[in-house]
Amino acid sequence: MSNQGVDPDRRRFLTLSTTVVGGVGVAAAAWPFLASLKPSERAKALGAPVSVDITHLEEGQKLTVAWRGKPVWVVKRTPEMVASLAKVTGELRDAASAEPQQPEYAKNEARAIKPEILVMVGSCTHLGCAPTFRPDHPAPEVDANWQGGFYCPCHGSKFDLAGRVYKGVPAPLNMAVPPHRYVDNNTILVGEDQGAA
Amino acid sequence: MAIVPNPHKTTGLLGWIDDRFPLTKLYKDHLSEYYAPKNFNFWYYFGSLALLVLVNQLLTGIWLVMHYKPEASIAWDSVEALMRDVPYGDLLRYLHSTGASAFFVVVFLHMYRGLLYGSYRKPRELVWLFGALIFLVLMAEAFAGYVLPWGNMSYWGASVIINLFGAIPVIGNDLVIWIQGDYFPSDATLGRLFSLHVIFLPFVLVALVVAHLIALHEVGSNNPDGVEIKKHKDPKTGIPLDGIPFHPYYTVKDVVGVGVFLIIFLGIVFFAPDGGGWLLEKPNFTPANPMATPEHITPAWYFGSFYAMLRAVPDKLLGVLTMGAAVVIIFFVPWLDRSPVKSIRYKGMLSKIALTLFTISFVLLSYYGMQPPTPVGTWVSRVGTVIYFAYFLLMPWYTRAEKTKTEPERVTHAAH
Repeated sequence: MSNQGVDPDRRRFLTLSTTVVGGVGVAAAAWPFLASLKPSERAKALGAPVSVDITHLEEGQKLTVAWRGKPVWVVKRTPEMVASLAKVTGELRDAASAEPQQPEYAKNEARAIKPEILVMVGSCTHLGCAPTFRPDHPAPEVDANWQGGFYCPCHGSKFDLAGRVYKGVPAPLNMAVPPHRYVDNNTILVGEDQGAA
Repeated sequence: MAIVPNPHKTTGLLGWIDDRFPLTKLYKDHLSEYYAPKNFNFWYYFGSLALLVLVNQLLTGIWLVMHYKPEASIAWDSVEALMRDVPYGDLLRYLHSTGASAFFVVVFLHMYRGLLYGSYRKPRELVWLFGALIFLVLMAEAFAGYVLPWGNMSYWGASVIINLFGAIPVIGNDLVIWIQGDYFPSDATLGRLFSLHVIFLPFVLVALVVAHLIALHEVGSNNPDGVEIKKHKDPKTGIPLDGIPFHPYYTVKDVVGVGVFLIIFLGIVFFAPDGGGWLLEKPNFTPANPMATPEHITPAWYFGSFYAMLRAVPDKLLGVLTMGAAVVIIFFVPWLDRSPVKSIRYKGMLSKIALTLFTISFVLLSYYGMQPPTPVGTWVSRVGTVIYFAYFLLMPWYTRAEKTKTEPERVTHAAH
């Protein structure tokens, strides 16, 4: 072979175009490998949002649904219960819900979209036990100023009726409010954010 | 075509091989004619010990995989069956679990030796970089392996560590779901961590160890005096005057180290395999329970320092970045050290104080990282984190500002 008549521009162009096309090929080949790591159809089905019908939920009642392996409570609070939230503010660790334990639209005193309806993951933020619903008050054996709330039997953590944690208990955070939205007045979709289609 | 007859003038079977494959050449280059400085001390045991522990992990790992079932519903039971029903199954598992801790002990000491004697300085930057990569892969390997028994600490440890990626803005939550392959640590998560732990990461680890050794043997070993033995060669043979063949001199020395190491290591394996809860944490003797967290979620001891740094920073994202930076900064040591001398023996007072403070802070961080958070622990961790980073970031300054001693021309060594 003779080296005469070599066209360096042509060579450079061919090297560059081969590299670019090859690079696209590598990226395309990588895609199935990376995409296969995403949740499977089965995992997606099991983790899909859960619809809750609250038509027959009476004031003061609590119902539980399972969502992504966690118990989710829906509590219909009486006007009196909602009013009680302001009475315990001084005893709470995070009364203003500063910690990101709820979606932005539930960052209010009632920690809810509608003040009377509380949607919350029913596990203690200490070690994941299930707190007991204690709407009864007064209950001096729980707290001198108990206005109703949730009491964890495992290590004595106390939460008010919006799941806000008391000071001086082992649980560090308010109970979690999952993403949820109202499909209609009596149907809540747990697992999907308000505003999502 | 190989050179026939080969330059080693070997005959018979070895000659036949040497005509086709550089067997004798490899043996000479890396063992019988690899000249290491004659003044190696105690600190030089830990490289060969790391290799020994690697072999232990590979060998016991191969056997564990014969019994382990990487499926969330039966993983725990398969480990229990291994421990109770398989002949010597408990021994195989404890060799592997204690081996993980031993790996970090010898690697920490091996890295510390590098800091002491400036083993990362020119021309050994790549030796250090390959080593730092080994450390990084080792951490990933240890984390993945810790999750496999699917005990409750496995589960919650996985949950906490994977959720660290959730601190990344915008893509964080989707990234966590992608890593887990589910909305919480599940069978999908266990499956991929198993694959990484037994296939991908060991391949990478072994390849990096080979690269580490090739780079080392290309430039030659450093020594406690930090002076180059290649500066003074025998004019006739070209062999460094202060060099001795790795085999038999250092192979024999290392065998002594192996003996002492095995007495301690096997003592733990035989008599205290859980290390009183420090090597195998107590909550990991109960199966994974997504509904109940352990009393305190603490990392394995070798991650304590980095975990303490994570908790010391009040902001989650900044904490994660701090923890990542603590590992990444190790890669930059060769270019941070500007001292005219390599070894701590000839560095000045500032370097000695810095290394002492660094050592104390690393031990304290490791301790407080394993403790439940307390105000005292948090403040000690904060001070420790500042000292840890100051050791590295101020290195360009204090290594130049201090007065150093004059390095000797040849290594200092009293013959035994």
